[in-house]
Amino acid sequence: MPFIPNIQAFCCHYTSQQTLAEGPERMKADGFPEGITIHRLVCTGKLEVSTLLKAFEEGADGVYVAGCPVDKCHNLMGSQRAAKRVAAIKSALAELDVEPERIEMFHLERGFHPEFVKVAQQMHERISALGSSPFKGEKK
Amino acid sequence: MIIAERKPLNEIMDMIQDARRILVLGCRGCVTVCSAGGEREVEILASLIRLGKQKAGQSVETIEATLVRQCDREYVDSIDQWDGKYDAIVSMACGVGVNFIANLRPMAKVYPGVNTTSFGGSAEQGVWSEQCAGCGNCILHLTGGLCPVARCAKSLMNGPCGGSVGGRCEIHKDVPCIWQSIHDKLVRIDNKEGLAAIAPIRDWSTAGHGGPRRTVRNDLTV
Repeated sequence: MPFIPNIQAFCCHYTSQQTLAEGPERMKADGFPEGITIHRLVCTGKLEVSTLLKAFEEGADGVYVAGCPVDKCHNLMGSQRAAKRVAAIKSALAELDVEPERIEMFHLERGFHPEFVKVAQQMHERISALGSSPFKGEKK
Repeated sequence: MIIAERKPLNEIMDMIQDARRILVLGCRGCVTVCSAGGEREVEILASLIRLGKQKAGQSVETIEATLVRQCDREYVDSIDQWDGKYDAIVSMACGVGVNFIANLRPMAKVYPGVNTTSFGGSAEQGVWSEQCAGCGNCILHLTGGLCPVARCAKSLMNGPCGGSVGGRCEIHKDVPCIWQSIHDKLVRIDNKEGLAAIAPIRDWSTAGHGGPRRTVRNDLTV
């Protein structure tokens, strides 16, 4: 059975609006990969580090955040704050000897649909290549 | 405030490698203000500990709690509510908190989750800088309120060394020469004659060189 990575995507209202308006069937037809769960937020600046870590604890093989362009966030600095939190988790993953690229931050234009699908495909390919999360080890 | 920062995770994971039930204990004092060991950091560290243990294939239970302070007996006493529910405590308070728990609970295995770095202030958001060395013999009234003990790389008492160039310290271009700053400040407040006074040889016994320091206030003791 092929490995379909469990990817948790945290996206702000503005970047995900157009894609989500299409509904699951049309998203699939547009090439949005399987195994990605979208969590829609009012702003990625509201994301806590602990929320992203929790996603790994609950079985995510990869996590990504999609927020507004760095200098054009609807809430001024929300996506910049999110990027810093993602960077902090990259460091923490490296400290745990886990691939930092299992988490990523993307800055996307609002409602720009093809780009939203493209980063989902990019993460799907990346995490498929990395394989299952090392946090899913057998308990002793 | 006391400034601290989280220890490297591999150090923490080594400390607790044999523990399966861990109390991650924050402090609402200084380490909350400097974002090293408050409720939010406890939540993050507990999550990272669980992930580290999961990766190692070990089961783990964490309790997350934050005391009002870890440097007062009455607050430390509240950890008794978790008696028998943890194998080890990871304290995210400064070193004082870790010592207090070790003093008051001799049977508890308590480990530091942070490195205590300095007494400092928030220079800008996310940046803290050392301002005081806690040397026990304050001379700020002589130096325009700027501390040469904490902020001169050599803790010089009678002006800058030969490495002061353009108002910067020789150890790094980002470090101001505090003696230059003291000079400028004393000139600004019309007290430059203070610079001519020779500081006496300093008694460092109050700075910890005379052993652990103890403060007793007879008006407060009972």
